[in-house]
Amino acid sequence: MLQRIDLQQYVLYIGFLAIFLFFAVTLADDGFLTTRNLSNIVLQTAPATIMAIGLVFVLSAGEIDLSFGSIFAVAALSAAVVMQEHSMLLGILAGLGAGLSIGFFNGAMVAYLGLPSFLVTLATMGLFAGVARSMTDLRSIPVINDAFTGFFGSGSLMGIPSLILWTLVAVIIGHLIYRESRFGAHVIATGDNPRAAQVSGIKVPRIRLAVLMISGGCAGLAGLLYAGRLQAAKYTLGESDLMTVIAAVIVGGTALKGGKGSVIGALVGSLLMGMLNNGLILMGLAVSEQMIVRGLIILVAVAISLRDTNR
Amino acid sequence: MTKKTHAGSNPVLELKNIHKAFGGIVAIDDFSLDLHAGEIVALVGDNGAGKSTLIKIISGVHAPTAGSITLDGQAVSFSDASKARSSGIEVVYQDLALADQQSVYMNMFLGREKLKAFGMLDRRSMIEETQQLVDELDVRIPSAGAIIRDLSGGQRQGVAIARATHWAKKLILLDEPTAALGVAETAKVEKNVHALKERNLAILIISHSLDQVFRLSDRICVLRRGQQIGVRETAKTDKNEIVSMITGVH
Repeated sequence: MLQRIDLQQYVLYIGFLAIFLFFAVTLADDGFLTTRNLSNIVLQTAPATIMAIGLVFVLSAGEIDLSFGSIFAVAALSAAVVMQEHSMLLGILAGLGAGLSIGFFNGAMVAYLGLPSFLVTLATMGLFAGVARSMTDLRSIPVINDAFTGFFGSGSLMGIPSLILWTLVAVIIGHLIYRESRFGAHVIATGDNPRAAQVSGIKVPRIRLAVLMISGGCAGLAGLLYAGRLQAAKYTLGESDLMTVIAAVIVGGTALKGGKGSVIGALVGSLLMGMLNNGLILMGLAVSEQMIVRGLIILVAVAISLRDTNR
Repeated sequence: MTKKTHAGSNPVLELKNIHKAFGGIVAIDDFSLDLHAGEIVALVGDNGAGKSTLIKIISGVHAPTAGSITLDGQAVSFSDASKARSSGIEVVYQDLALADQQSVYMNMFLGREKLKAFGMLDRRSMIEETQQLVDELDVRIPSAGAIIRDLSGGQRQGVAIARATHWAKKLILLDEPTAALGVAETAKVEKNVHALKERNLAILIISHSLDQVFRLSDRICVLRRGQQIGVRETAKTDKNEIVSMITGVH
């Protein structure tokens, strides 16, 4: 039993190391190993990492969220639009509020109407992608609030960039809730065997609502970070993140069918995906080639990690 | 021996004229039974006789349409299963209701996890208590941290019974505890069930195996199509009588 867990962790770290070394050698002259490039990878993956944390909770509970990319865009746009006229605080509330409300909507449909989360979030993914487009007539909205862009994007505390701090804080809090709290244990039990959870007195519908709200909230926070870093919000945000984030979470050791997961693993998986992106760009591949190679690598990575986690 | 103790003591559980209908279909008609501490009563009957419905009524999953349930002299009506659990009634379900990818100790404390400071799970004390319990009940598992799906059927059953034992204060309901087990494992589980008597719990067991029923029980209660056919003291009856009560063929 312990051997299996170790093996799966090995696969993730060995894979991470192998890809890192591959890029380090092949891209030595293209600046892959520079501090600037490496820290860029971490900064760029911050929003994806935070969405991945939310998804760990959703998948562990035996559900799925396909809508986080659209939530991400709506949250970023809401914050940007509100901050054109109002304070940073209202902007933050708008972004997080949008994320949590859409998450609540998803969760209520799943928990209390008994609809499958795959279909609910497939529908809301499209629905809110449409909302994001219509919110601003496809225009990009600049974020000129300096406090906001510092807090969420370009700023730093004691020399550590704020995006890295946000990532660290989210990973630590997420990990503690997931691994050390009663709520986390109930999420995992619900995904493992909903009937067992229910007869043990766990309020299964409430857990399902909660995990989809966590995912919505995480996507909202990710939207704020993205708006802060780019100093703008656009409807196209989040469109390409669906595959990357799900892959990061699965590669990180979270079971697609629930009952098992890791927040730390999701962080490593997310960094792996970020590194892959970065390396492929530095290799000078065209966008279409990047997509093909990335898809293939994700396929291999997911196949390897699933073989060990799900027997 | 057991008969003497029953005569003087008040029953742990008293079911009086329990009636349950689903729409127009009568699942249980006028069922009455007393259960005493330290007593094993077997509930037997063909498929569809109403055994599982009765277990669900006692454990709070279904409310009876009519009739009364008395627990330790107090009339009770459970709105859901968790109310029955907090009153000291535990169920070992046929499917065991274990979370397969989790450890033995997390299953033991599922829904009732122990916490330490800041709401953090107190894994160490859950592991210690689990280890103590499985040692006491002689459930042989590699460790309290073992994952359920790595255990054998008998070990899983042992874990489910140990969990019920740990939390039951008054009554344990066992639904087909050995249906999926081999001979040796069945013997082991029966030993575990017997050990529960010494903890002075009342035990109601559903079983399809009459051999098992005669090995384990103090009394046998027969159901047929929702009707209570009768209750017999195990020592004073035989298989032929029980079979004819179950089938209605004389």
